[in-house]
Amino acid sequence: MTSDPILLERHGLKPDEYQRIVDALHREPTLTELGIFSVMWSEHCSYKSSRVHLRTLPTTGPRVLQGPGENAGAVDIGDGLAAVFKIESHNHPSFIEPYQGAATGVGGIIRDIFTMGARPIALLNSLRFGPLDDPLVRRTFAGVVAGIGGYGNSIGIPTVGGEVGFDESYSGNPLVNVFCLGIARADDIIKGVASGAGNAVYYVGAKTGRDGIHGATMASAEFDEKSSEKRPAVQVGDPFMEKLLLEACLEVMKTGALIGIQDMGAAGLTCSTSEMGSRGGAGVEIDVSLVPQRETGMTPYEIMLSESQERMLMVVKRGREAEVEQIFEKWDLHAVRVGEVTTDGRLRVKNRGEVVAEIPNRALTDDAPVYRRPMAEPAYIKNAQQLSIASLGKPAASADAFNRLLGSPTIASKRWVYRQYDHMVRTNTLVLPGMGAGVVRVKGTRRALAMSVDCDGRFVYLDPFAGAQLAVAEAARNVACAGAQPIGATNCLNFGNPERPEIMWQFARAVEGMGAACRALEIPITGGNVSLYNETDGRAVLPTPVLGVVGLVENAERVVRRAFQGPGDVIVMLGDTREELGGSEYLKVIHGLIRGVPPALDLGREAALYRVLIAGAAAGLIRSAHDCSDGGFAVTLAECSIDTGFGAEVDLPAVPSSAAGFGDIATLFSESASRAVVSVSVEREAELLALASREGVPARRIGLVGGDRIRVAIDGRRVLDESLAVTQRIWTTAIGRYFEPARAIA
Amino acid sequence: MKFAVVVFPGSNGDHDAHYAAKHVLGQEAEYVWHKDTSLGGADAVILPGGFAHGDYLRTGAIARFSPIMQEVKKFGEAGGPVLGICNGFQVLLEAGMLPGAMLRNRSVKFQCEHVIVKVEQTDTPFTLACRPGQLLRIPIAHGEGNYYAEPDVVARLEKNRQVVFRYTNAEGVATDNANPNGSVSNIAGLCSEARNVVGLMPHPERACELALGSADGLVMFESVVRAVGEAVGGHFSRTLLA
Repeated sequence: MTSDPILLERHGLKPDEYQRIVDALHREPTLTELGIFSVMWSEHCSYKSSRVHLRTLPTTGPRVLQGPGENAGAVDIGDGLAAVFKIESHNHPSFIEPYQGAATGVGGIIRDIFTMGARPIALLNSLRFGPLDDPLVRRTFAGVVAGIGGYGNSIGIPTVGGEVGFDESYSGNPLVNVFCLGIARADDIIKGVASGAGNAVYYVGAKTGRDGIHGATMASAEFDEKSSEKRPAVQVGDPFMEKLLLEACLEVMKTGALIGIQDMGAAGLTCSTSEMGSRGGAGVEIDVSLVPQRETGMTPYEIMLSESQERMLMVVKRGREAEVEQIFEKWDLHAVRVGEVTTDGRLRVKNRGEVVAEIPNRALTDDAPVYRRPMAEPAYIKNAQQLSIASLGKPAASADAFNRLLGSPTIASKRWVYRQYDHMVRTNTLVLPGMGAGVVRVKGTRRALAMSVDCDGRFVYLDPFAGAQLAVAEAARNVACAGAQPIGATNCLNFGNPERPEIMWQFARAVEGMGAACRALEIPITGGNVSLYNETDGRAVLPTPVLGVVGLVENAERVVRRAFQGPGDVIVMLGDTREELGGSEYLKVIHGLIRGVPPALDLGREAALYRVLIAGAAAGLIRSAHDCSDGGFAVTLAECSIDTGFGAEVDLPAVPSSAAGFGDIATLFSESASRAVVSVSVEREAELLALASREGVPARRIGLVGGDRIRVAIDGRRVLDESLAVTQRIWTTAIGRYFEPARAIA
Repeated sequence: MKFAVVVFPGSNGDHDAHYAAKHVLGQEAEYVWHKDTSLGGADAVILPGGFAHGDYLRTGAIARFSPIMQEVKKFGEAGGPVLGICNGFQVLLEAGMLPGAMLRNRSVKFQCEHVIVKVEQTDTPFTLACRPGQLLRIPIAHGEGNYYAEPDVVARLEKNRQVVFRYTNAEGVATDNANPNGSVSNIAGLCSEARNVVGLMPHPERACELALGSADGLVMFESVVRAVGEAVGGHFSRTLLA
């Protein structure tokens, strides 16, 4: 009966996968077992299409305390402390129900961090939407932002940074990637393992309801016009419950009474029991009738597959149960003994004593299917990489292009967004959102952590290998601009349907690029998440492998911000500009094109730039530093001026162009890699230039901070002369104007 | 002196208030759990920011029933300095220790940003170190900070000089543009008639160190340290301020 094709299709299982289930069990599965296999073998839980590629990523390094495979990764930050961090997607739920989808994404990533024994201290997010002129997109965008705020604000973890991008490809499939970082004592990191036969298995947190059943399976399929009918598969978040759970779990962890703990996220009770057992080389037996239930008449199938939020599974040392129960009692939470650890390596599920499922843990985890899916270079690539600047027609007037770029929602101020996030709670936020990397201090030490999430999907679309490298470089560069040494990374790989060879090719090439860049820059990837099937009606999103990089600042007092600090400072350009308009914001906004090849990246030069930025910050030389990427030099300069209101006057050398009349455009708007705009006091200019020269980084004094205008000349010829106040207004109101009258945006 | 920081389930500014009192000011500070029935001999009580009990009903509506609130009331009635910050202010309103109520921000959105408030009264334990009319740049972070009271109540508050903090522009003028949430008469914070219970929506505990963008909130903590220090027997009394 369980081999019925319709039943299999509903469970997202292919006939050959069904045969594998029969082989693993040596019999036909029960319906409950079929449900368990279907979620554990879903793309979301098993990484079956991506695993062979992910294995190639660099995951080790001297600072790595925990690599991939646990709830989150961890790196050593000195003083006996660890930074525990991870990024995860909640794209599909956020499309179906923006507020709750985004909110539960935040809830999920926070649980991943505190299950490791870390106190979460910072959130970031990387978001993508369609163009804001579409009312449906506005609804999704506003809902996602409100949902992220609603959860993070309530639980009291600051959202200190992130990025938001807009492109048509995300209209029917927004991306909501959330990153969380916490601090733990390195010796106290707790893992998701079940071990020690006879140790009690506890269920803690919210009651189980029928919400979210098959959420993991939903996240492993494409959308079509019927997707809105999948609403019951989206969960509802309760940040208050999670706040209690967070405090209670951290309190319990301090007692040393826990063997292991795991969040019940995707695939709920099923995933936590089988993964914990598998990691500990043990079995887990539970009785679902003991699970606290919100609804009556729930079947074992429903209880095992529910994705109700704010729940945890814990294994408690024998004899310490009362201690643990007492702490949960204090926080008015359920802590119910639902089973125990066994020695047989099996997941055994009972209902009032009767066995309803019994599966070897490894069949659900390590032995889940792994696919080496066929790959083929997409047909569009060769054509899309062709870009003839001459064929663009007349170049835009510099001032016009400058204003339009600053008013493009992808570039413009995201204040409308981050104003809705509590970004200051916990009193660690040294750099406010919207200013490059988010930076938080680590209380009790002199150190600070900088973090940035980045990816330009256009670059990846045009060349997945190069684009993914550029994503690594941009995120690490942002962190280095703050004066931080990049020490670890987490990735969130958002792609289309992996069963299409051209998507799989994009994925594989991007992972290769990411791995190569991380190896060269010595940034290990300690974990992450893959989100496939990001397409609607057969149209995939721009391939978007987001990279979150964490960096360490030794002296928190030397953190560098992007804004100019005062008139009279010297502006120095680090790095070289070439005519590199392929995939640029200029090309997209002014000519409506995604074309050409992404900017060239020399990883050696990139690393040298970081050394200058980090040493310059540590020596107190660099007064401000801003990564020069999206929108090119002109936009970067404007952003340095806008935050503190100090204008600038600069003179740049002309960049040779391949087409008549495009020299100014190339100089102002090229997105060449490995560049930063920094400022330095007049007295220390020579010192900075000497530092750059020692590292072999091109450095050039281009002008001075001051005045109330942005004035740019090329080889002495003035090409931009804009009022800072006007520039500021264009930049700050670009997103808010879609939503409310000007008054509330000011 | 010793601060008691009350922890409700859902408080999230408790650590910040504790840190400001203990590590920035160098005073003693203890957490007091909401189910406790003693303030542990504290000289001043802080009800911190957050979302007590999730704020699913009305902000602060359930917290007022917590056992510790009986003690906080007694402490306040005896003249002890009590500071309610953000959600703590909301709890003081719900508990009837200060008049009025909170509505949703007129933007109908959560707002987190620095604002300017003017200190209008300096005869409270939390403002006595301020200059009259001093402008403080401190952050807000709330979705329901739109203070409302009936016109006669507002008139009484003004007459009794109970409006301690008002949202103003950089020139100290209480304009509508400077009002972040729609509060009646730009009211950002109040004191009780006896002046020892103070509530405000902005977060002074988040503005105690320049590294965080502003140290303007520190003066409020310094005020209460002085108030307690000058008070006989460690308890604040109104006469000492007069």
